[in-house]
Amino acid sequence: MVDNRADTRVSMRTPLARVKGLGAAGHGVEHWWLHRMTAVSNVPLIIAFVIIVAALAGRSHAEALAIVANPLVAILLVLCFLSVTNHMRLGLQIVIEDYVHDEGAKIAALMANNFFAAVIAVVCLFSVLKISFGWVR
Amino acid sequence: MAEVRAPIERPLSPHLQIYRWTWTMAMSVFHRVTGVANYLGTVLVAAWLLAMATGPGAYEAVQGLFGSILGRLILFGYTWSLMHHMLGGVRHLVWDFGHGMEPAQRINMARFTLIGSVILTVLIWVAAAAFF
Repeated sequence: MVDNRADTRVSMRTPLARVKGLGAAGHGVEHWWLHRMTAVSNVPLIIAFVIIVAALAGRSHAEALAIVANPLVAILLVLCFLSVTNHMRLGLQIVIEDYVHDEGAKIAALMANNFFAAVIAVVCLFSVLKISFGWVR
Repeated sequence: MAEVRAPIERPLSPHLQIYRWTWTMAMSVFHRVTGVANYLGTVLVAAWLLAMATGPGAYEAVQGLFGSILGRLILFGYTWSLMHHMLGGVRHLVWDFGHGMEPAQRINMARFTLIGSVILTVLIWVAAAAFF
C-alpha cells in the first residue's frame, strides 16, 4: 500500500482504516483502469470467439483441430483468454468485496477468485497452443 | 490486551427490495448476474478446449454433452449472457464518458441492452446453423 498523497492530513479516511488497508488501498485506479481496458479489448475478442465457436459447432475432432491450428484463430483465442480471464478476475473481486463481509471468508474468496482465473487461463492457453503447434493426434 | 468490544448495531440503508423496479436498475442487476454467469461458464470453454487438446475420445464425449438438449439450452443461455454483458459493458463505457445520462436516454439504453442481446443471441444461433 503506497500512500503518496502530498499532504496526508487531507483525507476522509481514518488513520485506522489506512493502517488496516481498508478501501481501495492505493490500487483502486489501477483496478478500475485495467477493468475498463479489458472491457474494451473484450468486445472485438468475444465477437471473434463467438464466430470461431460457431464455426467449430458440430465439427469432427480432426476438423476442429485444423481450425484451431490456424495461426489467426489461435492468436485471437489466446488474446481473448488473456483479456477475459483478467476482466473476470477484476469483476468478481468487486462482487466479493460487495457481498462477503466476514474477514476470513473474504480473504479466502479473493484468493479462490485469483486461483480460478489463473487455472482457467492456463488450461485454455495450454490447450490452444498445444493444438496450434500440432501436438495433438 | 484490550477487551474486544461487540460491534455496535447500526441502522442499514434500505436495499434493493424497497425500491420500485426501473429499467436501469433491472439491467444493472442483470449486468452483474450475467458477469458472474460468464465467469462460471468459462469452465465449459476450458473443458471443451482441454478435451480437444486431449484427443478424439475426450472431444466426442464433451461434444456429446454440449450437443444434448440440456447442453444446447445451457450454451444458448451462455450466448445470451455473454451478449447481454457485452452490450451492458458498452453502455457503461458510454456512461463513463458522461454521455446518455438523460432519463429517456438511459432508459432506452437499458431497454436496448435486453432487446439487443436477445436479437444478437438468436442471430448467432441462426447464423451458426445456416453457415457452418
